Amino acid sequence: MVTVAERMPTMKSPADGETKAAVQIRDLRKAFGTQTVLAGINLDLAYGKTLTIMGQSGTGKSVLLKLIIGLQKPDSGAIQIGDSEITQLSVSELNKVRMKIGFLFQYAALYDSLTVEENVSFPLRRHTEMSKSERHDRVHSLLSRVGMQEASRKMPAEISGGMKKRVGLARALAMDPELMLMDEPTAGLDPIKAGEINSLIRELQQERHMTAIVVTHEMQTVKAVSDSIAMLHEGHILTQGSFEQLRKSQDPFMSAFMREAC
Amino acid sequence: MQRQACLIEVVCSGHPQLRYAGTAVKTLFLSLFEWFGELGIFVWRMGRAGVTPPYEGRELIRQMDEVGSKSLPLVALAGAAIGVVLSLHTRDSLLRFGAEALLPVLIVMSIVKESGPIITALVVSGRVGAGIGAELGSMKVTEQIDAMEASAVDPLKFLVVTRVLACVLVLPLLTLAADFSGFAMGWVATTLADPISFRFYLEEGTKTLAYRDFLPATFRTMVFGFIIGLVGCFQGMRTSGGTEGVGKSATSAVVLASLFVILADVLLVRLILVFFG
Repeated sequence: MVTVAERMPTMKSPADGETKAAVQIRDLRKAFGTQTVLAGINLDLAYGKTLTIMGQSGTGKSVLLKLIIGLQKPDSGAIQIGDSEITQLSVSELNKVRMKIGFLFQYAALYDSLTVEENVSFPLRRHTEMSKSERHDRVHSLLSRVGMQEASRKMPAEISGGMKKRVGLARALAMDPELMLMDEPTAGLDPIKAGEINSLIRELQQERHMTAIVVTHEMQTVKAVSDSIAMLHEGHILTQGSFEQLRKSQDPFMSAFMREAC
Repeated sequence: MQRQACLIEVVCSGHPQLRYAGTAVKTLFLSLFEWFGELGIFVWRMGRAGVTPPYEGRELIRQMDEVGSKSLPLVALAGAAIGVVLSLHTRDSLLRFGAEALLPVLIVMSIVKESGPIITALVVSGRVGAGIGAELGSMKVTEQIDAMEASAVDPLKFLVVTRVLACVLVLPLLTLAADFSGFAMGWVATTLADPISFRFYLEEGTKTLAYRDFLPATFRTMVFGFIIGLVGCFQGMRTSGGTEGVGKSATSAVVLASLFVILADVLLVRLILVFFG
């Protein structure tokens, strides 16, 4: 079977020895009316690494993910994904970049009118020339990977929130993305299922050297999947580093947050 | 518009109640212009998405089934009711003038030229307009539309163009069903009062009916279909505020679509009379 990756134009990898970031965000600002959500975000994420973004509720973590994939327009600033400055792209150019990005939504956002199987095959049907049997094989391999093969014929309304999340992950992985954006991937899952999803994310990182940005509050996920962690606070990146560095931070907010979260 | 707003402010200054009313009128004007402006942009973007390949043929057929076959029983029932009511009312009036022989032609003409198209459009606007508004509204608030966009699929092309086109294509067919059902039940009501054969009733009813009566009247429902699909999609796509917002979108889709269908009918009847009358 021809893989999706072989069919898709790949995101340009850095030349040997070059240390260019897979995602580079510069002075990103976004406000809704008078409420400033992001007040100058700067972030760099290297190829094959996973960055976890933490922060209090309502600090703009999900907004940041939506800005990265172009679902919302920033007020100012730059977002570079590979070689593409996505704030400057036309819709058709942006769609080409989006095909290389997988997005797992906070509440999965499965299409209500489609079955689980049809949800996962939706992007494949639209963007690849896979035959029906190729598509079927790929969808079922993805569903079995997230432990949802048995539910392939069910409608989203017939499965639990945690199951929806796993189907959402399978759908996000359908196009073999080079960059994954995950909004609370394990929220609402029991510890065992959450552990399985964390292991799956880890496996994907190791197998495919997938670059990922994860928004989460779950410390189990933070510890399991992160190469580095950024703390978003009052519209800025308060601090960025490894889990241990953040845990030992002297910043009063940071230390209070880590103390409560752990 | 700015001049109108300034005028309202000048007239109302110094009178608190008038000032309050002036502000309300000004807000109403502004939101009305804003709504029409956004609708104009939406139509432009929808038109562009509609003519750009790839085309969503499969989804279009699914939507035609959704709009067409599921509205058919309701439309046929509404048509039948109109046929019966027209027969009862018209018969009573014609008897006074001794002109009851004209009953079949009056029922047929009335259904073909006005009752059939407008009743079909209003029934579809209630069922389909509300359905589209609620469905797209729910997709909006649960981020399904964002998910579609994130998958590099244009929601306007996949969700909006297909629904609007389905309404445009299906409305004339549903109108034919409503017309036929109206004729049939008109005959049943007529023959219960004064038995006549269905063949005679149809011959009498259609002998003065020309293509210029039938075609413009039936095909003007394509405009009604466009209005129903467009307003439903537009209200659905601009939903905000969770489940409460979904309810508001569904209600406003029905109310606005029905209102615009009636207003469009006035204009279209006038145009039909000018060009085909």
